[in-house]
Amino acid sequence: MREEILKFDSVEISFEEGPVVHDVSFSLHSGEILALVGESGSGKSTLIKSAMGLLNDNGLVTKGDIYYKGTNLLQLSEKEMRKIRGAEIGMIFQDAKSSLCPIRTIGSQIIESMNSHKKIPKAIAKEKALDLFEKIGFREAEKLWKSYPFELSGGMNQRVGIAISMLMNPSILLADEPTSALDVAVQKQVVDEMLNLRELFGTAIIIVTHDISVAAAMADTVLVLKDGNMMEYGEAKKVIDSPENDYTKHLMEAVPRLKRA
Amino acid sequence: MKEIITVNNLTKYFKAHGKADTAAVDNVSFSLHDGETLALVGESGSGKSTIARLLTGLIKATDGNIRIYDKDICKMKKNKAIELYSQIQMVFQNPAESFNPRKTLGYGIGESLKNRGYNSGATANKVAELLEMCGLPAEIALKYPHQVSGGQCQRAAIARALAVEPRILICDEATSSLDVTVQKQIIELLDKLRKSKILSIIFICHNLALVQQFCDRVIVLYDGKIVDQGTPDEIINNPQADYTKLLVDSIL
Repeated sequence: MREEILKFDSVEISFEEGPVVHDVSFSLHSGEILALVGESGSGKSTLIKSAMGLLNDNGLVTKGDIYYKGTNLLQLSEKEMRKIRGAEIGMIFQDAKSSLCPIRTIGSQIIESMNSHKKIPKAIAKEKALDLFEKIGFREAEKLWKSYPFELSGGMNQRVGIAISMLMNPSILLADEPTSALDVAVQKQVVDEMLNLRELFGTAIIIVTHDISVAAAMADTVLVLKDGNMMEYGEAKKVIDSPENDYTKHLMEAVPRLKRA
Repeated sequence: MKEIITVNNLTKYFKAHGKADTAAVDNVSFSLHDGETLALVGESGSGKSTIARLLTGLIKATDGNIRIYDKDICKMKKNKAIELYSQIQMVFQNPAESFNPRKTLGYGIGESLKNRGYNSGATANKVAELLEMCGLPAEIALKYPHQVSGGQCQRAAIARALAVEPRILICDEATSSLDVTVQKQIIELLDKLRKSKILSIIFICHNLALVQQFCDRVIVLYDGKIVDQGTPDEIINNPQADYTKLLVDSIL
């Protein structure tokens, strides 16, 4: 079996009103793609934010542990966490355009993000970035380097966001609804890109999505959440095609499926 | 079947500073038949919503004409057009934002009735009836948009659209921001309503699987132009335009 790199052990997360995620356990192995699926408010995003130490001030992991390669993330200081966040565990968001600074070029934002982990000369940062751009098939990499986010399409912004988070070569990429704001044709490009990254770098990916077809197209394993509770967790094909849990069945039945002749 | 909306050579340009005008809708012709559910499909910026806004008179066409029940609404006087517009109502993507946040849902649903001379008692009765028709408890009328779930709010928006007893409903991505289980409930509600009230529906959507399930006919738009049309099965199994092929291939 491949190396286990992330482990959630009976995690409970609480906000001021009380617990919102209850007793969630799963583990992620290198190169594995796990999809967290569920409806709005089911706790999907809260769960991956907890792995990044990005819960708001009023959110807290109240029970259980989160291990990254054997280290308990919850016991790390903010300073130690900063070494892991971005460098070891990367993250991309639903709206890539608004996670980029609107008044600075892609290039200068890449230099900034790389420098925040390790001092690195601009020329080398650029070389590294353009090299990655080429690997993942961006045309006109030089032009892209000088572009502002508003000059790019939504899909291109998302792909740039993914590229930036991959520059530090993290072992895990956390993707929070990365395709939800995109048109179907563009959505497929972004899905293909994430699959390609896994091939190229062996990155493990946790994708949070409410779109079951995205989960079906990408994931090795699927975890279904409802109201912060784990409903079903297992091999993707099994959970999606022959679910055992009643809620999962209900969810899968509600998904409109295309019938081709 | 009778044509109830006929659109001929409809064109809408938007002016842009320092640039050439953009043609959001470019020489589009189509018709909607009585009792039919017609889907408008296409990527963002393809002109779907602009067509919806032209049909409901929210914006004015640059060229071409729209006939609703054989009357050309582009040439009609405003006070006459208002009467005709009650035949055609719209449901939007984001239900919470389509209600006034400072007024109750009941007020929002009843507003158009008051404008048509209903007194407050008759309005309240009608609102209760509309809520029941849309599967909501009567006390929802006293709630504010932020106090109810997205699905309940969308049901309320449908109730509001039905208040003036329209014959045509335009749903602009009405289920896109909802969870799949809620989406299914809203589709079931619309299906029930179109059968019991003989509604014709223009269903703007980007989810072809949903369109296949719910619609009789599909128009595929790209860059403001119609590139393909047919029944959902024809479009999915035998797409003609390059864009439609790409769209069908992209479905995961």
